[in-house]
Amino acid sequence: MVGTEEKVVEVRNLFKSFGDLKVLQGVDLDLHKGENLVVLGKSGSGKSVLIKIMVGLLKQDSGSMIVLGEDVASLGVKALNKLRLNIGFSFQNSALYDSMTVRENMEFPLVRNVKNLTRKEITMKIEELLDSVGLPQSIDQMPSELSGGQKKRIGVARTLILEPEIMLYDEPTAGLDPITCIDINNLIIQIREQYNTSSIVITHDLTCAKMTGDRQAVLLDGQFKAQGSFEEVFAGAEDQRVKSFYDYNFINS
Amino acid sequence: MAEEKDDKKPFLSKKIDKFFTGLASAYRFVLRFFKEVFVPPYELKEVVQQCYRIGVESLPLISLTGFIVGIVFTNQSRPSLEEFGAASWLPSLISIAVVRAMGPLVTALIAAGKVGSSIGAEIGSMKVTEQIDAMEVSATNPFKFLVVSRVLATTFMIPLLVMYTDFVALIGSFLSVNSKELVSMSTFFVQVFESISFLDIFSSVIKSILFGFTIGMVGCYKGYNSSKGTEGVGRAANSAVVISMFLIFIEELLALQIVNAIRTW
Repeated sequence: MVGTEEKVVEVRNLFKSFGDLKVLQGVDLDLHKGENLVVLGKSGSGKSVLIKIMVGLLKQDSGSMIVLGEDVASLGVKALNKLRLNIGFSFQNSALYDSMTVRENMEFPLVRNVKNLTRKEITMKIEELLDSVGLPQSIDQMPSELSGGQKKRIGVARTLILEPEIMLYDEPTAGLDPITCIDINNLIIQIREQYNTSSIVITHDLTCAKMTGDRQAVLLDGQFKAQGSFEEVFAGAEDQRVKSFYDYNFINS
Repeated sequence: MAEEKDDKKPFLSKKIDKFFTGLASAYRFVLRFFKEVFVPPYELKEVVQQCYRIGVESLPLISLTGFIVGIVFTNQSRPSLEEFGAASWLPSLISIAVVRAMGPLVTALIAAGKVGSSIGAEIGSMKVTEQIDAMEVSATNPFKFLVVSRVLATTFMIPLLVMYTDFVALIGSFLSVNSKELVSMSTFFVQVFESISFLDIFSSVIKSILFGFTIGMVGCYKGYNSSKGTEGVGRAANSAVVISMFLIFIEELLALQIVNAIRTW
């Protein structure tokens, strides 16, 4: 197993519905320190809901979500914000602030959460992160001037600026061409090695899952139907839906 | 199951329920503003930026409209006053109309269209593209950054814009008066200031503050609560304008009653 025995996320018997729509129906999941966990599932299966509950953007109906030893649902605003500083969330559409330049986007969380930094230190940190995502030249560009892949990279760099322990990637390769997808997958692996993060990657792209994941978990009908290494999950898949998920991806790729 | 279905039945009718739910949600939104406005950290840089956007960038439109209102209102009022041989009262009539009602109302309606819609669309688009969620997960309070700063900016800037509109409208009026009757600028403005009282100016400023607060709050509320993608953004911008204008007229009517009551007291 890659990663240590120490658990940084523990999800137990988690339920979440939106009106009549039952999304998560008793989810159990662990993320170990230093591990890259891939959560696979169809669109609308509740993958993004799961990580949104992790950062307190949504609240579960029942069950527990323990992140870095804290029960997210029971935290007050201050404690939740303190926890959020340790979690980086890379959004599906990057969610860059479109009225700000790349520099301002990256400064935004830093100047509000880390006090006593000089302008020089802020600039150095931004340049270092842009270097590590391979986009040092984009520092003064507006998000509208960037391609989809560049936006994803800047979005990841922005989340890394607070040096989080856990990275959550929501559909990191969605809407990108195959070559850029591979670049993004490599970036996810590089970030784990360089910044020593534990990660959850939400995707329905099996190439991304195979490249980035130490462990896979397949979410179907609001529950994890299979968990293990890529081979364990798909080679010996007994559940027909898990099998067809693999076949469909294979045929399409 | 039957019980479950009964639970979901609207209390009155769907539309009335939706109206009262919306009202309660708007009330909570306004309450949250007052809870957060006095608590640090203060987003002063953003407030100043928004003041610039709302104030300075509205100047060309406000100037043109105020100037034309001054000219048109003077030209339209002249024949009636001339009939009674009271054309010399034109500056008094115009100043009272502009300072008491037309200045604040015209400015607020233009700002509702220009500023209210832009705030609704901007925050709405940030909401549907998850930019507001991104702020939240980076431990920043998006309500404070986006809503408090914009509402403060409209509340500060609309009164200043109203004063500017009053001035430009009076200049327009002077040019119109001067083109027919050879009245000097000083004579015109002496008559203007003799006609308006402290209460006129004070009520105009208070009204403008209220209009500014309404425009900012409605724009932010509609944007912050928008959903359903780009269609929702358009709807947020549109309803921000419609609701702001409606509330501005209601506030104008109420302010008029209150000021009249003070005047006769």
